Amino acid sequence: MYPTDYKYTREHEWVKVEGDVGVIGITFHAQQALGDIVYVELPKVGTQAVQGKTIGAVESVKAVSDIYSPVSGEVIEVNEALAETPELLNRDPHGAAWLAKIRLSAPEELEKLLDAEQYQALVAEES
Amino acid sequence: MRLLPKSDEERRRMLQALGLESVEELFAQIPQELRLKEPLRLGPGLSEFEVLEFMRSVGRRNMVGQPCFLGAGAYFHYRPAVVDALVSRGEFLTAYTPYQAEISQGLLTAIFEFQTMICQLTGMDAANASMYDGSTAMAEAALMARRITGREHVVVAASVHPEYRQVLRTYAHNQAIRVREAPYDPETGRLDTARAATLLDGNTAALIVQSPNFFGVVETLEEAAEAAHAAGALLVHVFSEAAALALLKPCAQADIVAGELQSFALPPSYGGPYAGVIATRERFVRQLPGRLAGQTTDTRGQRAFCLTLATREQHIRREKATSNICTNQALVALMATIFMALYGKQGLRELAEQNLAKAHYLADRLERRFSGPFFNEFVARANGRSPEAINRELAVSGIIGGLPLGRFYPELADSMLLCATEMSRREDMDRLVEIFRVGGRA
Amino acid sequence: MRRKVRSHIVQDEPLLFELSTPGKRGCQLPRLDVPAVDPAAALGEGSVREGIEGFPEVSEVEVVRHFTRLSTWNYAIDLGMYPLGSCTMKYNPRANEEAARTEGLLWAHPYQPEEQVQGCLEIMARLEQALAEITGMDAVCLQPAAGAHGELTGILLIRALLESKGNPRRKILIPDSAHGTNPATAAIAGYEVENIRSNARGMIDLEAFPSLVNEDVAALMITNPNTLGVFEVNIARIAEILHSKGALLYMDGANMNALVGWTRPGEAGVDVLHLNLHKTFSTPHGGGGPGSGPVAVKKELEPFLPVPRLKQVDGQWRWDYDRPQSIGRVRAFYGNFGVLVRALAYIMACGAEGLRAATVDAVLNANYVRKALEPYYELPHKEPSMHECVFSDRRQARHGVRTMDIAKRLIDYGFHPYTVAFPLIVPGAMMIEPTESESLRELELFVEAMIAIAREAEENPELVRAAPHSTRTSRVDEAAAARKPVLRWRPES
Repeated sequence: MYPTDYKYTREHEWVKVEGDVGVIGITFHAQQALGDIVYVELPKVGTQAVQGKTIGAVESVKAVSDIYSPVSGEVIEVNEALAETPELLNRDPHGAAWLAKIRLSAPEELEKLLDAEQYQALVAEES
Repeated sequence: MRLLPKSDEERRRMLQALGLESVEELFAQIPQELRLKEPLRLGPGLSEFEVLEFMRSVGRRNMVGQPCFLGAGAYFHYRPAVVDALVSRGEFLTAYTPYQAEISQGLLTAIFEFQTMICQLTGMDAANASMYDGSTAMAEAALMARRITGREHVVVAASVHPEYRQVLRTYAHNQAIRVREAPYDPETGRLDTARAATLLDGNTAALIVQSPNFFGVVETLEEAAEAAHAAGALLVHVFSEAAALALLKPCAQADIVAGELQSFALPPSYGGPYAGVIATRERFVRQLPGRLAGQTTDTRGQRAFCLTLATREQHIRREKATSNICTNQALVALMATIFMALYGKQGLRELAEQNLAKAHYLADRLERRFSGPFFNEFVARANGRSPEAINRELAVSGIIGGLPLGRFYPELADSMLLCATEMSRREDMDRLVEIFRVGGRA
Repeated sequence: MRRKVRSHIVQDEPLLFELSTPGKRGCQLPRLDVPAVDPAAALGEGSVREGIEGFPEVSEVEVVRHFTRLSTWNYAIDLGMYPLGSCTMKYNPRANEEAARTEGLLWAHPYQPEEQVQGCLEIMARLEQALAEITGMDAVCLQPAAGAHGELTGILLIRALLESKGNPRRKILIPDSAHGTNPATAAIAGYEVENIRSNARGMIDLEAFPSLVNEDVAALMITNPNTLGVFEVNIARIAEILHSKGALLYMDGANMNALVGWTRPGEAGVDVLHLNLHKTFSTPHGGGGPGSGPVAVKKELEPFLPVPRLKQVDGQWRWDYDRPQSIGRVRAFYGNFGVLVRALAYIMACGAEGLRAATVDAVLNANYVRKALEPYYELPHKEPSMHECVFSDRRQARHGVRTMDIAKRLIDYGFHPYTVAFPLIVPGAMMIEPTESESLRELELFVEAMIAIAREAEENPELVRAAPHSTRTSRVDEAAAARKPVLRWRPES
């Protein structure tokens, strides 16, 4: 369920590191808890993301959930496809529905994140 | 008590089912020292006859039913009988907010029609399901402009309704929004666009202009829009007389339109309830406050409507909501919807043209204070007398005069704002003119 | 078994724009008795619009049928019980409608000189007095247009008072059981919101509370009874704790229907409260407004109330604008006057005794429903109920049936759903407020329906999950509506 090469936050975001860039998204568990996702508020390219701080939000019909950046750095690309098809987040949260790419300014932060096994345990605990 | 549908015997049975001896036990949670010790001083309950008699007797203490030339944000327009007949139906009158779409399609469909007609009138892409009134709609539009631009301050034309400006100040005060006022041109009664431009800076979220303005004068909105946009601010077009929208070209460059719909079937009712509305461009929809109805389908594939984009609202976003607004003015908006449907494309135009003709008939016989073009209101000089004195003379002759402007604009203390609508009869206007010019039976 | 409803034919109806035929209209203007004016000449060529594109053109009878047909697609109090918790959907007496349409009141203009509108001012003065008496407060302002508007006014008053003492402070405390308007209001009034957790009994934790109140706290916003329908037994103590630190107690009067004639918030130490005339005082909801949200305050806050204020001069009512400490206006004119007339008519019809009796029946009805449904639905908080009770869907959730499903299934039994998934502190909440307006028969039908649905949830959960089955419109796709918003009609191209 949860790719082992990703890192996870307690707030249900993931990051996949590709060189000096972190691709971020929300987890399967997060999209499931929200239900049908209808809108994604993405950061602007050029924004300085800070680990643990809000960089956007996802909305279902009756709930809003902030997105907390799993890493710090400059946002270099966002997934424009989500503006047109937010439901992608329900279909493929760990793949096609990535949210943003961030150039890592403090790679050592990754240490603070959970691995797949730890995250799985967290999800089991919460549900 | 006639409003309570139970017999004493039924109450006894219910108490018994709960294992209680007396009704007092139902309130056992309320600490003894907080319980009311003696009956409220409100007197005994009255029959329906007595209550309505009281209201009629109080109503007779008002001077109502005479020709009235007041406007200034509350207008006398004819109310077709169909409107009250339809909104008195319990299915509209006694329904709650249509959160449960399956059993609220009547309301939701009407709201969708309302939103559409407001867009058609204002030239905008989206309108909300209504706000409290024009004044709060304007204040909310200012907050909306701030969210869109990320800027802090607003510039408002001094020719905007004075009470709307006061409400804006109340809302702005606690959010550290600075409100600056742009003066009107003393010749035309229009916004002095050049002066307004000097007040706009890199931290201005919006320029707010009313048209027709408080003096009844039609503003040059395109010029105002250019000035606003040149400074990176939005143009908010405010209206208090919706009937003018049927005649005046919508401003193609406006970003937000906020106004008051009282003219569409609402009695003056001493200032409320009325209904405000905000309309805007597609790209700003997510910053609109208030409820929105949207089209969708049901599980059988039929067209259906529901409240939508609710995540903007207080019950979901709580302290991060676009506004704390919860109720709107649904029934009032429904009245406006029915009114617009009855008058329709041709009727609304004819209504506006009649207003224009009546006001010009009256103005042609008095001395106008401003030269700018006007719709159904204008400022008249009081001929060297005090406007209040003229009003007293008019009242003696059974005419309710205009609004003396000194209380809002000290420099216009010699003038009054007069309004004529399709309900103003020529003979009454002639009488007003006569008293205005030569004094009453003094 | 559904004893209350059966299916019948419902008329279909297109939108106004689809009904439209060029050249039709539903009204006739009076003959113009002055010379016509050319709009282009009067307003300037470039200022006058063409016809309003797409605007409807329909006849009077079509308008009447259109809206009458639409109306049959709605549920309403006039059709039956409306058990929405915290919404107080009580009967709206028709006499109030007639009162508000009294000719002498309907056509009074807000800018007529005071001597011409003494009748309107008399009504407002009487209502102010009655509401002050009912709440035990010192002064009432009728200007706010709705509950949330009253809240905003109330918090601005608190801010103004504290500012006058030198420090407006930073924070407003709000229990996690509060209505969403409370935090939204605090934010709009420029305050930070600190959410405080309810204790196991669903109340404010008196042990932990004092440590939360410090010099930064402007006020606590409390709803009493709270959204679980539970009376905050420690309210007077809570007020003392706040006052000892210079903070104030704001009460959301949404649930006043549980208290009228039995206890007065003013005597429990409440400093500011707002009322919802469209809840407690029987004015119609009208599909979501107009409402009215008067604010009642203690003497200390009176100087800050919005302008203008009523005052009596030589036996005549006057508006007083000379109020230097006022927070200013919160809307144009004086309030939703037509709603005020209705509320006063209700209070006069009830009298002191009738209001107290109404409260009894409201609380009796809620407790009767609670007792009858307890064997079938989980009751997470066992504190005694006032005017509403809150169940959870825990037992039904085991069969995959959630609170929203049960609510939708109620529609098939001829009832409006209860309040779904609120308060947030109860997972799967089902919040039921019958009000005093329900006869024993209607209550029994409701109980019967709820019990039948509990059985269906076990035996045929899919039936409940797909409900409603009997309405003209089945469950709507709210996700699609939000993803691609279609907010206005456009002609098919």
